[in-house]
Amino acid sequence: MSMHWGRVFALVLRYTYLYRRSVPRLIEMVFWPVMDLLVWGFVTAYLLQLRPGAPGLVTFLMGAMIFWDIMYRAQQGLSLSFLEDLWSRNILNLFASPIRLREFLAATFLVGLFKVLVIGTVLAAMAMGMYHFNLFDVGPALVPFFINLVVMGWAVGMVTVAIILRFGIGAEALAWAIPFFLQPLAAVFYPVAVLPGWLQPIALSIPATHVFEGMRHVLQGGDFPTVMLVHASLLNLVYLAGGAAFFVFMFRSARNRGHLAKLGMQ
Amino acid sequence: MSDEVIEASGLRKVFGKTVAVDELSFRLGRGEILGLLGPNGAGKTTAISMLLGLITPTAGRIRILGREMPKDRVAILERCNFSSAYVNLPSNLRVRENLTVFAKLYGVKRHRERIAELLDLFEVAPLAARVTGALSSGESTRVNLCKALLNEPELLLLDEPTASLDPDMADKVRRILRGVQRDKGISMLYTSHNMRDVEEVCDRVLFMNKGRLIAEGTPSEIKAKFGEQTLEQVFIKVARGGDLVAEGGAA
Repeated sequence: MSMHWGRVFALVLRYTYLYRRSVPRLIEMVFWPVMDLLVWGFVTAYLLQLRPGAPGLVTFLMGAMIFWDIMYRAQQGLSLSFLEDLWSRNILNLFASPIRLREFLAATFLVGLFKVLVIGTVLAAMAMGMYHFNLFDVGPALVPFFINLVVMGWAVGMVTVAIILRFGIGAEALAWAIPFFLQPLAAVFYPVAVLPGWLQPIALSIPATHVFEGMRHVLQGGDFPTVMLVHASLLNLVYLAGGAAFFVFMFRSARNRGHLAKLGMQ
Repeated sequence: MSDEVIEASGLRKVFGKTVAVDELSFRLGRGEILGLLGPNGAGKTTAISMLLGLITPTAGRIRILGREMPKDRVAILERCNFSSAYVNLPSNLRVRENLTVFAKLYGVKRHRERIAELLDLFEVAPLAARVTGALSSGESTRVNLCKALLNEPELLLLDEPTASLDPDMADKVRRILRGVQRDKGISMLYTSHNMRDVEEVCDRVLFMNKGRLIAEGTPSEIKAKFGEQTLEQVFIKVARGGDLVAEGGAA
């Protein structure tokens, strides 16, 4: 599978120009995660007042919030990049150019990764400064956790864009909604054991669930969560392949049904 | 090397129960400007979208520059370009930024010089640092045309390129396009609702109605076939009584 990196970087440049030229977009990129962190930080401070010495309360919630945002922003990197080109009626210029689908996806993956790195750094610094939570307490598992969340974000992003391709710009709200549909199931802020029994197998079929379980395991002083990471990674391979296949299928269907051409001129 | 830039045969596109394009066959020669005319809903945009690989035909075959579309889509699109009055460049980027992005997408070498040359050609050099969304529609059209010529395409697909231009600028754009076609031998497929555009620019015209090709020839031949003085009269005749005209005037 050949990849023309010049075209990938051309698209990355397009999104870089967009963010460089748009202060509201730059602010929006960090605004919501920072607000989330502030709210969760104060909630944990309050809970600690109610139950002083509750073990790991701050670390669990802060870690969960930051890790969730990593997944969410990776997904947004892909879906918002696509929406930006729809909103500006540029999508046909792109797909009438020699860009391949995999090059388009690679560019949006890179944009998502860049966003995640920026936001992750900001949140980690704030959590450290304000709530004495050190993200690096997660230890060597931090990197595989991070990679797994980003990959899952990409997979969910591909599904999101595929659905928008099928249902048009009216479905754009899904770019924000789909990750939050997964959040209660991914056991972000609580262990899988809290969920009803019938829901647990579903929760365990989501890669992020194993990351959050692993994170709590490590923060409670457990050893390196090898099994959880293996589960997360294997599931992510399935998610990534499934997401890519679904995206390609829907893109072909959009070409077949004329949705792509129609979307580009809406 | 084949002299045919586009060879479309038996192109058909069906959306549900609607036949958008029906048995469309035509050729575009090297260095030729071919007009694609027809009332709204005639199937022009669907036809262009199929040529660009944006819509998959239900049946038929497309060969562009000797290659099969959509099988060789990337190789074809590297040598083509497109501009439409209904498709914009990102409004929040500066003109130069947009052209730089597309120059890189098309792998244009010495892109700075190429961009400067095109901005001069279309008399929009002073707008290079302006945000694209702040341009008038006429300026925006000319910037779109700069984008369309960035890669020195062998085939240019133009969907109503003068739709938002005043008569003076439309005339300049027509001259520029004619000049580019003469100097570089670019082939063009050109849709427009401006019949003067078509008469001035196009060597040959395809007339479509209700998805079908109903006439083909030079503008003079088309007028003669329909017994009208101007292409505009032909257009109105087709739009108001397409089926009758199709029977009587099919090429």
